[in-house]
Order: sequence, then structure tokens, then C-alpha cells
Amino acid sequence: MSSRVTRWAFNAVLVPLVSVLSGFLVGAIAIVAAGADPTQAYLALFQGAFTNHNAFAETLVSTTPYALLGLAVALGFRAGLFNIGAEGQFYIGSLTGIFVAYSIHGLPAVIEIPLGLLAGMAGGALWASIAGALKARFGAHEVITTIMLNYVSFQVASYLVDTPGRMLAPHVSTPRTPDADPNAILPIILSGSRLHLGFIVALLMVPAVWFLIERTTIGFRLRAVGFNQGAARTAGISVGWTIVLTMALSGALAGLAGIVQVLGVNFHMTDTVAAGYGFDAIAVALLARSNPWGVLPAAFLFGALHNGASFMQLQTQVSADLISIVQALVIIFVAAPSIVAFLLRLRRAPAETVAITQRGVDTPAA
Amino acid sequence: MTDFLHQLDPVSLLSITLITATPLTLAALGGMMCERSGVVNIALEGIMLTGAFVGYAVAFFTHNLWVGVGAAILSGMIIASLHAVLSISFLVDQIVSGMVINILAVGITGVFYRTYLESATAAGPGTLPHWDIPLLSSIPVIGPIFFQNQFVTYAMLILIAVVHFILFRTVWGLRTRACGEHPRAAETAGINVYFVRYVNVIASGALAGLGGAYFSLQQIGNFLPNMTNGRGYIALAAMIFGKWTPLGAFGASLLFSGSDQIGSRMQSVFQVGVPLQFLGMLPYVLTIIVVAGAMGRAIAPAAVGRPYKKGS
Repeated sequence: MSSRVTRWAFNAVLVPLVSVLSGFLVGAIAIVAAGADPTQAYLALFQGAFTNHNAFAETLVSTTPYALLGLAVALGFRAGLFNIGAEGQFYIGSLTGIFVAYSIHGLPAVIEIPLGLLAGMAGGALWASIAGALKARFGAHEVITTIMLNYVSFQVASYLVDTPGRMLAPHVSTPRTPDADPNAILPIILSGSRLHLGFIVALLMVPAVWFLIERTTIGFRLRAVGFNQGAARTAGISVGWTIVLTMALSGALAGLAGIVQVLGVNFHMTDTVAAGYGFDAIAVALLARSNPWGVLPAAFLFGALHNGASFMQLQTQVSADLISIVQALVIIFVAAPSIVAFLLRLRRAPAETVAITQRGVDTPAA
Repeated sequence: MTDFLHQLDPVSLLSITLITATPLTLAALGGMMCERSGVVNIALEGIMLTGAFVGYAVAFFTHNLWVGVGAAILSGMIIASLHAVLSISFLVDQIVSGMVINILAVGITGVFYRTYLESATAAGPGTLPHWDIPLLSSIPVIGPIFFQNQFVTYAMLILIAVVHFILFRTVWGLRTRACGEHPRAAETAGINVYFVRYVNVIASGALAGLGGAYFSLQQIGNFLPNMTNGRGYIALAAMIFGKWTPLGAFGASLLFSGSDQIGSRMQSVFQVGVPLQFLGMLPYVLTIIVVAGAMGRAIAPAAVGRPYKKGS
């Protein structure tokens, strides 16, 4: 086995695996500190995620947005862009998508569904390209602008959904948009469950994003910009346009995640903003090491945790927030492989920085 | 006109603006110490949440609000030192490390709140007392705004001056800024970059932790899950909008909290005006505009966000 293969195995398989195990291990300490039995809590988590009635299908339902959002963030990472705004793009995509989905009537599903999904992607793409354009034109750091745009998007959503004459449905007790047209709703693919066509969409996006990154000119430019902006510019690549385009593509995936969730699960949008999807998406992308194929198992893990948590809380009184602790620890271990190497007692720990993004526009390294 | 002023009640408006600007300013001051030394701190939200929770829990079980305030500060320092260890020693991307702390804070506070506090029936510790400063508090207008406050607000007012003095008038401040602008040059000049960054990151935890105590111990005398509700990110915005200076951050915090107050008052008094959501957007939109370079560019410390590795 060549050392390159060993290194790959370490980085792509062993580190995530050990990270997840360590995350659960430290999570167990938190459970003990909270006065509960970790075996029982994890057993309940497992049952809630996999073995209860319909639990596995529900886990796949939760996996769907994580997979699409994870792809969105991973795509950004490859171009050196830290898209913390997946959450906001998710909401804007949901808004534009549901607007189209409840406005259209009487068309067959094969037309209405793609229209709704495309509208969601367009909304997310536009929203994200604001941050891309600000970075390309003014050098405004995308981490700051996307965080700020997240909060702007929550306010936009709250305004549109709460205001009569905007998107507020008539005669509802809690503010929400009208329901999507029945033909725009994603069909169930497993009878007796809530598993919808969106899961297939997410599955298809994995090879699509991989192909885009690895096998197209756009993907080549994107990787070149992520690898070295100066060299990319010298090679004649328009760094600014690549940044805007990458953010738009990333936002399109995040917007798709939003509208898939709306058209597959909720059928309308409310003004309550369940924050956190965007941050979980970053965790998914990190765990996947920005590899589209890796996003799938990472999203599955997060979907399972998310889905099992409520059953665990019900059964063992351990708060569902426990999974946040596990997730945070998993990211720590993934982002700091030297800690994992230390835990595995490897000599010569790889102490190099894990370069996640290239920072700043063009500023030479200090 | 007088009727308008009477209904708007400017003194109470300014007073509540100053009070609600308290956690924003404290967290922004913390973020500033951190970023001036070259470490990005998006963990302010998580640090404040931790401070709010630990402060309340300790005050609840010791029946002593002041021990609670101390615990809030200490817990902020502890969780910030995790940020320091990860981002300075283990060279973890500083954004990732900050994000980890935000997620971790939600988890830890949520789990322990549910186990130990949610169903607790004993009386809570109450809120920090109001202190009227003798003489000063009876000055018209200024008195009620500045000198009839609770501890965390007084502390904020003092800490603005303290942080300003430290950053711009002391050797430590000069070293801090050197590490944030050009760590290699600082190292060459004999400054221990790691040490300076560690101390500043932990100091930022103390400031944001105190900011967290505002929510649970000063404002309502209780803890609620996720009670900081994104205020850490507004503080981040205030820090940037104030161009990484204490007075600027204080001004920005006042602007953000003031627009909030004016908005809700306009609606409740006059039943008119801009939809609240547009005022709610204001801090974020202004920050985006400033980061994009309009209204006088906000320039971050040059080396902020870059892990520093000796000899590289």
C-alpha cells in the first residue's frame, strides 16, 4: 500500500470515523453529567433513528435537506468560499419556490414540480450571489456578508409571510403562506411514509455536483480559484466571475434544499425560523471533507441524529440538544486531525493546517 | 409636537436604548480584543449563551447573584479558551472553531437546562439591583439615563473606557494590534504571538460572558433556552460597523438597539410606520454596506483569520 493511499485512508475514512466515535464518547460523558444512562440514551437515539415504525424513512426525510445543504457548502469550500449563508439561501429559496408553487394551477405535475424547484433554486442563487458580488467587486468577506444576509432573510421571510397582501394566506390562525398547488407537491416514494421525491433529487445531485466540480470547465476554474487565486488569475481565469458563479451555484443548492423541504414535507411556509440548518450544513460539508460523495454519509448521520433525538428526549429525558454536543465534537475532531492522530497515538502527528478556505482577496500571506 | 414628544417619551427611550445596548457592546468589545490580536470571533453568540446559562444556574443554586455574575464571566473565559486552543494551538480554521463553540453552547446549555433547571420549583435568584448613583442620578435627563442602572450596564460603560485605554494606550494594546496586523513582524520584535492571542481570546470570553449575564441576571432573572437569540451576531455587526474601536462599537450598538426601540414604539404608539421587519434588518444591512466599503470602509486587522505558525 503506497503512502498516498494510506494518507487518503487516514484523511477520508479514519479521521471522520474516529471523529464520530469520539463525538459519541464525549457526548456520553455529557449524558452522565446530566444524570442519565448513556447506553439507554443512545439506544433510544438508535431506535428513534432506525428501528421504530417508519423511523428509517423519517431519517431519510431528514437526510434530504442536509445532503443538499451539505453539497451547497462543500461546493463553496472547493472554491475557497465559506458560505455560512446556506441558512438564508434556504429560506429565500423556500419563499420564491412556494410563491411559484401556490401561484400556478392546473398544469401537470411534470411541469409544476420542476417549476417550483427551479424557482427555489433561482431564489437561493440570487440571494447567495449578493455575497458573491460583494466579494468579487469590493472584497467584502463572505463570512460576514452571508451571516448578515441570513438575518436579513429571516426578516424578509417574516415580513412576507406575516403581511396581508404579500404572501400571507387568508383565514389562517397562525401566519403562513397558502398551500402549494397539489400538482406542485413532491410525490411520496414509499407508501405509508413521508419519504418524498426530494430524497431522489438529493441523491441525483451528488453525482451532478461531483461531475460539475471534477469534470467541467466551470469546476476546473472553481477549484483553481480555491487553490490559488493569484495563479488562477495569471492563467486567465476571471476570479471575480468564478466567485459570483460559485456562490450562485452554492445558493441554488441551498435554495433547492429549502423548496424540497417545503414541497415535500410542509407544503407551505410559516414565519417561524428554525435556525440551525445552515450551521449543520457546514458541519456536514466539513465531515465530508468537501467531497460530494462524502456528503451523503455525513448527511445521513446528521439526519439520523436529528431524527433520533426527539425519541431519545421522550424516552430518557435527555434533551434533544445533546446531538448539538455530539455534532460540535465531531467537527472539532474532523477539523483538527492532529487531535485524532494524538488519540490514535500515531507518531509524527500531521500538524499541518487544514486549509478549508483561502482567506481574503489576494492578500499575500502574512 | 409636545404631544408627540410626550408620547415618545425620549428619556425612557434613551434609557432603554442604553440598557438593551449593554450585551451588544460588551460582546462587541470582546470580539474586538480577539480580532485585534488576529483571531476571528464568531463565537460571541455561544459565549454569551454560556454566560447567561452558567450565571443563572450558579446564582440559582448559591442564591447569590454576584457569584452568578462571576460564574458567567468565568464560564465565558473557559469556553473562549476552547476557541483559543483550537484556533491558535491546533490551527483549526477560526470560523470553524467559532461555529463549533456556538453549536456546543446550544447543546450544553440545552442539556443541562433540561436536567437541572427546567422543572426546578424553587424561587429564582431575582435580578441585579438598581443602583442610583447619589447626586448624579438626580440630574434631569442624564440622571435617569446613565445613573439609575444595574450592574452590567455600569460595567459596560466603564469597560468601554478600559478597553479603549488598553488597546490604544498601553504596551499590551500595541502588542495586540501588532499580532493582528503582522504576527511575523511582532514575533521578530520579541512578542510571543501565541501568548498575546491566548490572553486576548480569553479576555473576549470574559467580556462576552458578562454580556451573557445581562440576559439572565439583569434583564429577566431567569434562563430560557437560546435566549441570546442571535444578539452575538448583532454584536459582531456592531464591532465591524464601529470599525473595531470601542467607542465606534458602542455607538453602533446604541444605533442598533435604538432603532429597535423606536420601531416598536412607533408601532405601539402611532400604529403606523415601517414594518418592524425593515427596522430589524437595519443592523445587518448597514453592516453589509460598511463591509462593502461604502460609508467609509471598515478595514479588519490585516492578519485576522489566519492561523499563525511559528517560523512559517
